[in-house]
Amino acid sequence: MSENILELHDLSKHFEINNKGIRREKGVVKAVDGVTFSVGKGETVGLVGESGCGKTTVGRTVMKLYEPTAGKMIFEGQDITNFSRKEMKPLRSRMQMIFQDPYSSLNPRHTVGSIIEASFDIHGIKPAGGVEAEIKLLLERVGLNPEHINRFPHEFSGGQRQRIGIARALALRPQLIVADEPVSALDVSIQAQVVNLLDDLQKELGLSYLFVAHDLSVVQHISDRVVVMYLGKVMEIAPTATLFDNPRHPYTKALLSAVPVPDPKIERTRERIVLQGDLPSPMNPPEGCVFNTRCWKAKDLCRTKAPAPVEIAPNQVLACHFPEGK
Amino acid sequence: MSNFLEVQNLSVSFPTHDGLVKASNDVSFNVALGETLAIVGESGSGKSVSNLAVMGLHNPNSTVISGQAFLNLESGPIDVISAPAESVRKLRGKEMAMIFQDPMSALHPFYTVGDQIAEAWLLHNDGKKTDAIARATEMLNLVGIPDAHKRVNEFPHQFSGGMRQRVMIAMALVNNPSLLIADEPTTALDVTVQAQILQLLGKLQKELNMAIILITHDLGVVAEVADRVAVMYGGRIVEEGKVDDIFYNSAHPYTRGLLNSIPRVDKVGSHRLHAIPGQPPSLIALPKGCSFAARCEYKRFTQGSICNESVPALTVGTNGHSARCHLTPAQVVQHSLEIGTGA
Amino acid sequence: MVRYVGKRLFYTLLLMLFVSLTVYFIFDLLPSDPARLGCVKGCPDSTVELNRIKLGLDVPVIEQWWRFILGLFQGRSYGTGDATFSCPAPALGYSWNRHACVTDVIKETFPVTLSLALGALFMWLALGVSLGILAARKKGKWQDKASTVFVLVGTSLPTFITGIMVVLFIVLQFNVVDPLEIGIWHSPFTDPVGWLQTFFFPCATLALAYAATYTRFTRSNVIEISQEDYIRTARAKGLSEKVILRKHTLRAAIAPIVTMAGMDFAALFGGAVITESIFSLNGLGKLSIKAVTETFDLPIIVATTLIASSFVVIMNLLVDIAYAYIDPRVRTK
Repeated sequence: MSENILELHDLSKHFEINNKGIRREKGVVKAVDGVTFSVGKGETVGLVGESGCGKTTVGRTVMKLYEPTAGKMIFEGQDITNFSRKEMKPLRSRMQMIFQDPYSSLNPRHTVGSIIEASFDIHGIKPAGGVEAEIKLLLERVGLNPEHINRFPHEFSGGQRQRIGIARALALRPQLIVADEPVSALDVSIQAQVVNLLDDLQKELGLSYLFVAHDLSVVQHISDRVVVMYLGKVMEIAPTATLFDNPRHPYTKALLSAVPVPDPKIERTRERIVLQGDLPSPMNPPEGCVFNTRCWKAKDLCRTKAPAPVEIAPNQVLACHFPEGK
Repeated sequence: MSNFLEVQNLSVSFPTHDGLVKASNDVSFNVALGETLAIVGESGSGKSVSNLAVMGLHNPNSTVISGQAFLNLESGPIDVISAPAESVRKLRGKEMAMIFQDPMSALHPFYTVGDQIAEAWLLHNDGKKTDAIARATEMLNLVGIPDAHKRVNEFPHQFSGGMRQRVMIAMALVNNPSLLIADEPTTALDVTVQAQILQLLGKLQKELNMAIILITHDLGVVAEVADRVAVMYGGRIVEEGKVDDIFYNSAHPYTRGLLNSIPRVDKVGSHRLHAIPGQPPSLIALPKGCSFAARCEYKRFTQGSICNESVPALTVGTNGHSARCHLTPAQVVQHSLEIGTGA
Repeated sequence: MVRYVGKRLFYTLLLMLFVSLTVYFIFDLLPSDPARLGCVKGCPDSTVELNRIKLGLDVPVIEQWWRFILGLFQGRSYGTGDATFSCPAPALGYSWNRHACVTDVIKETFPVTLSLALGALFMWLALGVSLGILAARKKGKWQDKASTVFVLVGTSLPTFITGIMVVLFIVLQFNVVDPLEIGIWHSPFTDPVGWLQTFFFPCATLALAYAATYTRFTRSNVIEISQEDYIRTARAKGLSEKVILRKHTLRAAIAPIVTMAGMDFAALFGGAVITESIFSLNGLGKLSIKAVTETFDLPIIVATTLIASSFVVIMNLLVDIAYAYIDPRVRTK
């Protein structure tokens, strides 16, 4: 990973709530609050966390679907934080997104061919050999029958639709793909097919992935490094094996402990950490460390001072006053 | 342990614009008090439909049901499939209860949580509204909602997803049913909340000695809570047995394929997932033979084209471990090594 | 909640002041000169000047408006010299045409329109909502199909057709009401039978078109809500279909119907002109039409415009409050 394709420095995205109706609500939702990490070329970084942790917002902000409130975003060496739509346009062919819901992310009134063709049209790219030939190649690459180029989305299954979404994302040969929960809405037996496809494509095309997901098993399988988020902040970053074998942050530990393993003997004997209480509202995050209200190790320091993320080893970041293990 | 629910040869189908959907075919399973049966399957496997039929929640006008489902009540067994709708209704919420997948939309937005639980209690108990609310508060306490006496007067939108699911559980259990059917109760919840809910269900099962049917697609959850497992595919039960048998000694190609295609948090490493090729069958146009045949990698070990010609019968083996396959369990185990999908 | 209502009330009052000011401005901007319009053949200038003073048009618009507002609270006198008439508070103007305080004219006509509107409201809600529920419950069956026919007929027949048909083929044919008594006002408190005789058919005519719309709306609303997860939960609890319909489905379905009904009701105070004309009812509709097309009675026109718009504003507020009462999600966080 000699160079980074994407770098986030202290990225923040806040949403203002100004509800003047019967329900008077005023406040700021700090969906993403000071997030720093990078994605290397050809690397897959998994971004995990539970509801309200901000991972989806990070994904969308990276794609400039949201404008960052603060911080810096560097894509391929360029600072795109304040890029206008015009400035972003030439870059958009190099960063693409795959969405979660294969049923609503494809326009039901467009054929598969025209959905993919739109990418070429928008950027005025004419592939050698013609657009149609290129689209058929793409369909084949993702495991679909190229003869189906003129069919409509509803004629395909969920897994197939997700493949169409992937084909669309690949059309312009991007460098970075932000995948927002790409397999969550699929049946289990289909998930593996799509995960394998993403894996193969990465090896073949040298893609970099930012893989946003809540399913730790899938993230573990596909990622080189993992970023764990909670209530808008980064809790821990580590290479996959390190994170899963030896989680240092109490939240990571609790998260891993909560994931059920398809192995009854292990399930019967493993030690479980069950977190008490509910996720605090992102509009009202706790003082100090955002995790302190549910952390079994929380001490006074945790309630008053938010731990800054510290690089404890190359490629390993931890934000905790009293980490686990060594 | 004696069986509380005995489902025998249950088939449920309903007509749609495109044809007759045979959602479940010849499904049989049992569950005893204090036991958890997990019914595993993907979408279109028929797992929800069969259980909705047991509860009598299917559409009576358009659903065609055959078979039997006996509830072995203290007063004697009753077949809820053939019993009149009124008598089945009286059992709902009292002897058998059901909770559903999406807690965000499962509660009426205009009534307080207390009112909704109280309504369930008043249906089967004589008492005043105040008694009912007191009982509702008790239940909220039981399911671990803090400040229950205050929260009982709040509305569903004032609770988080995990809390709402707890409210649903409280409502389902308020009359101490002997059977709880939980249809994907944690699928829509965060994993740490899922852990809390599953722990809660386990605790309540011990306290109330309930039978639980847990419908899910998550094999991890199955391994965590199930005593016995029934695997469904294409509307049929393809394998059934004790949880250890299913995970370590599976006798069906589908189950084995599934177990080998899911990534695991405890097996770090980038071995390629062994995916099951193809897609689940359409329930309108079920194939003539085994519904899994089109995707089965074990087909080549069978005689001729028997898999495409005839539906295998559910052969019961030792320990109540049964499988629906033309190959014997021993053959499946042996061939699994060849395919490389051995556990 | 109280705070919300208080704030809304304040803004409502402000809005009504603004509406009245706008009305005055609009009439000021009209190309035709109201002082002249009363005369058919054209008036000598002296008459026009006199008219101008009588109508209070001799001062700037703002002052006209301010005098009007003051008149609401203090009462006001109109005209000059010998031809001066005073009306007590709340003074809405003086109609030279009728030689009466507008307030008194309104006092006579308002109850008529109110009766018509209330009666129609009751009828169309009773018929529309129950038919809609029936159609939803018997979806696809003959009751549903019959209701569709009713909806089509009801929404396509204009009130003047229905009204005339009702008068010709029912009222006059069967002598249900003494022809001389049509349109005569009887107070519902002192003479309920008379009141009913006068208003039954007009209300029914007016209600028909609305009932059709409400049938269709209620039907789709009930069908949609019946698919909701919480209805399935209610069924799983063991509740009977009747209870589910009454306590769960309808409670949810009512909310948007209340909103719609409130606004439709308010609009009727602009005057159900056609119905009032056909049945010879002396309501606000007939009053304003006459003032506009026949006599060009500016004070009357201004007053009826103000009443109509004020009603809409007030009903808006009431509907919002009612909605907050029905749907707790709107109330609390």
